[in-house]
Amino acid sequence: MYDFLLPDMGATAPILLVALIGVVLVVVDSFSNDSASIPWLSGAVLVAAITIELARVGVTDSAFMGHVMSGGFASFVNVVILLGALGSVILSVPYLSRTGHNFGEVHALILIATAGMMVLANAGSLITLFVGLETMSICLYVLTGLVRDNERANESALKYFLLGAFSTGFFLYGIALLYGATGTMMLSDMPAALVETGRTGFFAGGVALLLIGFFFKVSAVPFHMWTPDVYQGAPTTLAGFMSTASKTAAFAALILVLGRILPLDDVGLDTRHVLAIVAAITMVVGNVLALAQRNIKRMLAYSSIAHAGYILTGLAAGALGYAGALYYLLAYTVMNIGAFGVMSVLEWDGKQGAEQTIDSLAGIGSRKPLLGVAMGVFMFALSGFPPLAGFFGKYFVFAAAVDAGLTWLALIGVLASVVSAYYYLRVLVAFWMKKPEDAHVSVQSAAFDVPLFSKVVLVACVAALIALGIVPGFITEAAGAFFVTPEATALLP
Amino acid sequence: MELALNWYLSLSAVLFVIGVLGVLLRRNAIVIFLSIELMLNAANLALVAFSQTFGDVNGQVLVFFVMSVAAAEVAVGLAIIIALFRNKETVNVNEINLFRG
Amino acid sequence: MLTDFVPLFLMIAMALGLAMSLLKLAEWLGPKRPRAIKASAYESGMDPVGTARDRYSVKFYLVGMIFIVFDVEIVFMYPWAVSFRHFLANGGGLGSLAVISVFVVILLVGLLYDIKKGGLDWD
Repeated sequence: MYDFLLPDMGATAPILLVALIGVVLVVVDSFSNDSASIPWLSGAVLVAAITIELARVGVTDSAFMGHVMSGGFASFVNVVILLGALGSVILSVPYLSRTGHNFGEVHALILIATAGMMVLANAGSLITLFVGLETMSICLYVLTGLVRDNERANESALKYFLLGAFSTGFFLYGIALLYGATGTMMLSDMPAALVETGRTGFFAGGVALLLIGFFFKVSAVPFHMWTPDVYQGAPTTLAGFMSTASKTAAFAALILVLGRILPLDDVGLDTRHVLAIVAAITMVVGNVLALAQRNIKRMLAYSSIAHAGYILTGLAAGALGYAGALYYLLAYTVMNIGAFGVMSVLEWDGKQGAEQTIDSLAGIGSRKPLLGVAMGVFMFALSGFPPLAGFFGKYFVFAAAVDAGLTWLALIGVLASVVSAYYYLRVLVAFWMKKPEDAHVSVQSAAFDVPLFSKVVLVACVAALIALGIVPGFITEAAGAFFVTPEATALLP
Repeated sequence: MELALNWYLSLSAVLFVIGVLGVLLRRNAIVIFLSIELMLNAANLALVAFSQTFGDVNGQVLVFFVMSVAAAEVAVGLAIIIALFRNKETVNVNEINLFRG
Repeated sequence: MLTDFVPLFLMIAMALGLAMSLLKLAEWLGPKRPRAIKASAYESGMDPVGTARDRYSVKFYLVGMIFIVFDVEIVFMYPWAVSFRHFLANGGGLGSLAVISVFVVILLVGLLYDIKKGGLDWD
């Protein structure tokens, strides 16, 4: 009676592998405290999982009676999540060693969080959606508060935890109402079941609560308050992990939910409109508040809010924008991992960069040309400068919005990205135009050694941004294929 | 004796609202946390009620997961609150304000 | 009608009888060396008299948290135990045993971590 188990375990191999090694790392860590082999093991399993997923992008399948999807869309998203995790693991090792917090548990938590993200992004039912979301969130709460003796880290962990758990409450009640409306947990069965039961009131309420939960997780305005505090207080490389991989997972799950349980235009709740309005507010508020920031990590946090707005623009465009949103998530992951990576190398205060303001970066470009150039590429990419990947990401989501008749939204988006260029370029001005002597004395005396592995990751991110910018069609065609092939349309109406 | 689904749902909705108001109005981190647990359990009640009405076991399966997830959240949340209390000697969220901007 | 409940009444009688006889036995047979701390009311290690707002050791939280996490996992084993006969009858006994074993092994890993990191050391 367990015949299905082996093939299903094969279909979800990357998730199981990552989770298994996460558990193994706990064992390794308990016998050999903070062993040096732990980061190698976690890096190796992430590479292995990426390899498996890349081989399966072409086939769409599902496992465990449809509760988990695999291949196709799921593989693509998993690759993005795993890349984010891999970059964070490699950058974290020298960073956390420097601050004396390179615990073995960190890597176990990153792996288990990654497994949770993949479950979330591959969810076929409300149950897997919830379990994946919580596996991811609980690990991230711990990682945020990793530096136990630092008040700021405590505070941001508490805020993240309380607000995250609060949003989980809404999410779960939304799930309960959706279940009550349809009598099924499977996302793909919901539209038909809803027609049968006709309980559209419950359904609309459930979708609304579920969306609130999602907006919290992707830090869309007005549910963004936690983001700057958490990113500023968390260890820098782990903030990069949170801002990329967890956002990718949450957006992928949102695409699944929207794609499968909509069209619900007949329910009296126009989600497209809700998404468009939230996207517009998010872009405007994120970019305007980012203008006022002196602290770079806070600025990056507001920038990440703004980018959530751009991606939501793609989702508001409906099926047209999903492929663009997926491309955007990939590009965003690469550029944000890189930006947080540079900031982690440049951290001189040992307080998770809490004091790392624009002024403290004066003249770094001439002292460390590699970091300066890399940061330049990331900032240009984030502001959407052609021909880097960030530009095409924005182009795809805005073009989809125009095609869907949301020209006003695309216009707001374009104006918002023009505004954003100011604060991104201000970082570069500090890097290159100011003299090193303008910085604080403690910054001038800091050595800023760049470890070899960090260099490799940063250079790889730069190369990927340029490559994605030169051949964007390759990715969007792959991503678009998930939404047009017969199997995929069966999964995503 | 069969209670109508509506009664369960009303109780669950009341509990959920009490939880939300508790989070928004109370200032003690531990009480906020208790209110969040109340929200989760309100959702559990709704899930079990639906599950019972439909004669479908999936709702109760999710309740099991919610219970264990809530336990993990308690462990992590209390650990975070204790770590903060050791450094700041307070669990009042109004006094937790190091970040600006 | 009432006879249906005979086993229940029997069980209640046995439970009461056993409990009371054990208590009495302990009273007769056990050595008695009362001390102040022994004579005080049992409050799970707390001082039973004094202000309720006292601070107490953070160790209680640690053990309490570990207890909660492991305690709640029983919700996954209970349904399994209830349906085990059903699995046996359908020829899935070994398979279901393997599945629950994986779960228990994961829990054991957590316990192992606790022990090795000193989470259960009281001093």
